[in-house]
Amino acid sequence: MFTRLVAEAQQLPTIGDRPPCLIGLHTGGVWVAEYLHRALEVGEPLGRMDPAFYRDDYGRIGLKLGMRENQLPWSIEDRRVILVDDVLHTGRTIRAALGALFDYGRPACVQLAVLIEREGRELPIRADAAGARVHLPAQQRVKLRGPEPLQLIHEAGA
Amino acid sequence: MNDLQVDEQGRMRHLLSLDGLAARHVQEILDTAEALLEVAARPVKSLPLLRGRTIANLFFEASTRTRSTFELAARRLSADVLNLDVGSSSAVKGESLLDTLRNLEAMHADMFVVRHVDSGAAHFFARHAAPGVSILNAGDGRHAHPTQALLDVFTIRRHKPDFGNLCVVVVGDLLHSRVARSQLRALSLLGTGEIRVVAPPTLIPEQIEAQGVRVFTDLDRACVDADVLIALRLQRERMRGPFLPSEREYFLRYGLTRERLAKARADCLVMHPGPMNRGIEIESAVADGPHSVILEQVANGIAVRMAVMAICLGNAGREGQA
Repeated sequence: MFTRLVAEAQQLPTIGDRPPCLIGLHTGGVWVAEYLHRALEVGEPLGRMDPAFYRDDYGRIGLKLGMRENQLPWSIEDRRVILVDDVLHTGRTIRAALGALFDYGRPACVQLAVLIEREGRELPIRADAAGARVHLPAQQRVKLRGPEPLQLIHEAGA
Repeated sequence: MNDLQVDEQGRMRHLLSLDGLAARHVQEILDTAEALLEVAARPVKSLPLLRGRTIANLFFEASTRTRSTFELAARRLSADVLNLDVGSSSAVKGESLLDTLRNLEAMHADMFVVRHVDSGAAHFFARHAAPGVSILNAGDGRHAHPTQALLDVFTIRRHKPDFGNLCVVVVGDLLHSRVARSQLRALSLLGTGEIRVVAPPTLIPEQIEAQGVRVFTDLDRACVDADVLIALRLQRERMRGPFLPSEREYFLRYGLTRERLAKARADCLVMHPGPMNRGIEIESAVADGPHSVILEQVANGIAVRMAVMAICLGNAGREGQA
């Protein structure tokens, strides 16, 4: 799965000679991004982002516990940004992450790399690179557990 | 009456006092504040979280600076802010307070930040608030000033996170200080190793030892091996009363000076809730010296107030929906 993700990420369109700004989304996305960051030999530090302050369900469920600080150790202005997450499902986390991202500047382009892309999108968002594209029953949940060892957890939904 | 602050699932929906809150509530606020601190350094210094919500600052006791930090916190979360400086008078009580609340609720305010000269004013509002409305205590009488205490422990945690091994000294008017009351509670919730309080005997509340603190009347002794020194603001209006002889004598006995700081640990932090009376509770060379984190406290105060607003309104909003 990781091999395929790396292979697809290497094929992503580039802009100029500068390496991409890799941003992992807390928490699972950060683990995937750390792997990708090593595999792609990106010559710049990894970014980390928690999009919880931008989520559309704050009005329904409040603020989630265990917020993490955003760490973007470079300016994203005019750069190619790759957002990295573990699972792409409804697309709402990515929407929140895009909202957060644009408060840091105007990137040249944003690409999305995920370990698993599954059906169930509620927004016009797709992955540009994926380790696996899978069909799962709508109620089944899948998430990454880690960091050592990284493990995919399947949970049957209620 | 403090369980008013949390809902049936134990989630915080008002912040009235640190009494009645658990360590995990404090940790949650501090962790969220840590994530919010970075907002001030961004090109866009605000989050869309509270867009479309209204926060009313209701100050029955004037305090431009505290009000400004609450206002800035609300604006950084994209809330609309309504500032009401209500004249403070002992006649403002009971029914008229309730009228004020109902009027503002009719304007669809979602949160009230309340400062009042009377202890218990914020509790009064919380008891009568409509579902979905949150109350934040910005200081009530001699009772509590929880956000100040939270920003103080947040500032300490950013430098010295291991509270179990800390010796924290609080010096000043403990009898009248709502800041001190809240600070002692916050420090003990976080498991602070040793809390020392220092004040003239006339300004030490009875039975303060019951809060797990060591009482000193000699600041020189209290400063030995301290990790954190917190000077409280001397409310100068009290100087005219029978409590203290003179400002000069207060400074000589209870002022934070370089000589006293030298007795503390080499990396000791110096803190003050502001506004400072230089030359009375703290010497300028200490207030502006390398140990001072007083200006950091101000910046941290905005992040902590943002965190409390985001958590309380998130939980209260859930309730308004049900």
